[in-house]
Amino acid sequence: MDSGRSDRKVPLALKILVAGGFGAGKTTLVGAVSEIRPLQTEEVLTGVSVGTDDTAGVEAKATTTVAMDFGRITVGSDIVLYLFGTPGQDRFWFLWDELAQGALGAVVLADTRRLADCFPSVDYFERRGTPFLVAVNCFNGEQLFGADAVRTALDLDPDVPVVLCDARDRRSSKDVLIALVEHVMERAVRRTARVASGQ
Amino acid sequence: MWRDNEPTGPDHDWLDRDAGPVVRPYAMTGGRVRPTSAAFDLVAFVVARPVAEPLPVHLQPEHRAILAATRQPISVAELSAHLDLALGVVRVLLGDLLAEGMISLHEPRGADEAPDEHVLKAVVNGLRAL
Repeated sequence: MDSGRSDRKVPLALKILVAGGFGAGKTTLVGAVSEIRPLQTEEVLTGVSVGTDDTAGVEAKATTTVAMDFGRITVGSDIVLYLFGTPGQDRFWFLWDELAQGALGAVVLADTRRLADCFPSVDYFERRGTPFLVAVNCFNGEQLFGADAVRTALDLDPDVPVVLCDARDRRSSKDVLIALVEHVMERAVRRTARVASGQ
Repeated sequence: MWRDNEPTGPDHDWLDRDAGPVVRPYAMTGGRVRPTSAAFDLVAFVVARPVAEPLPVHLQPEHRAILAATRQPISVAELSAHLDLALGVVRVLLGDLLAEGMISLHEPRGADEAPDEHVLKAVVNGLRAL
C-alpha cells in the first residue's frame, strides 16, 4: 500500500500527540513533518458507547463523529512515529484518554495571540503525567512574547521545555519533536536517579 | 417530490428510494460496539495470517477488505483511514478476525511502560537524519 513496507516486519510504533487550541497549527505541524499526506480516522460516538444498558434517556441519544488527523514518520528501519492531532473540543476528553494511553509525549502548540486556548491541554498533560513541551507557533515570524513570558503565563514547571517554532516549516517542526523526545529521555533519567536515591 | 417515486402506501412515507444507503456505522457490526477480545490500540499493528482460499462465506465485505489491506503490516489507525471506517467499527471487525485466527495483532508497549533509552536515542538520531 505504502512504499517502504515491502516486508512483513512489524515496526515498533510510538505515539506523539499534538495538542493546542483551535487554529494553533496542529494539523499544519502534523502535515509539515509527516511522510504521508495526513490521514483522518473517525470515531463515532453514540449513547451506547457509554457502556450502559440503561434505556432511560434514549430519546436524547445523539451520534457524533469526531475526526482525528494523524501523520507518520518512519525513523530508521524499524521505528514508526505516529503524530495525532487531538480533537479540539473539551467534551472529547475521553478520546484524549485513549490517545494519551501509552503515548511517548505531547506537543502543546501555543498561539501567543490566544494563549489561554492551550490552558486545557497543559492542565490535561500535567494531571495525567504525560511528558510534554510547549511549542510557541510563530506565525509569519510574528512573536508577541518570548519563551520565558509564555512559561510564566502558563505557570509551567521549570523542567517543561518551551520552544519557538514555525509549524509550517518541516525542519522547525522536526526540531520540536527532537526537543520533545530529548525531554522524555531527561525525565526518565531524573526518575531513575530519584528511585536510586530512594526518594 | 419523493412521493412521485413512492409506489404505494402512506405507511412508508419516512423511507423512499432517494434516501440512499442509510446505514448507521455500527450496523455492519450487528450493533456491537466493543471487540470481543483485545484492545486494538490506534498504533497496534495488524497482519493477515495466511488463510486458505476461499474465505469463509460468513465474512462480510468489510472483513474481506480488512484482510486485503493487512497483507502488509498496518496500524489500526491507518486501516480505519484507508478503509474509511470508523475506528470502533474497525476494532469490532478486527476482533472477529482475531477470534477466527485470521489476523495477528501486535499491540504497542504498555501504557505506563517508558520506552528504552536506546529506542529514544534511535528516534532522536532518526529524526535528525531526516
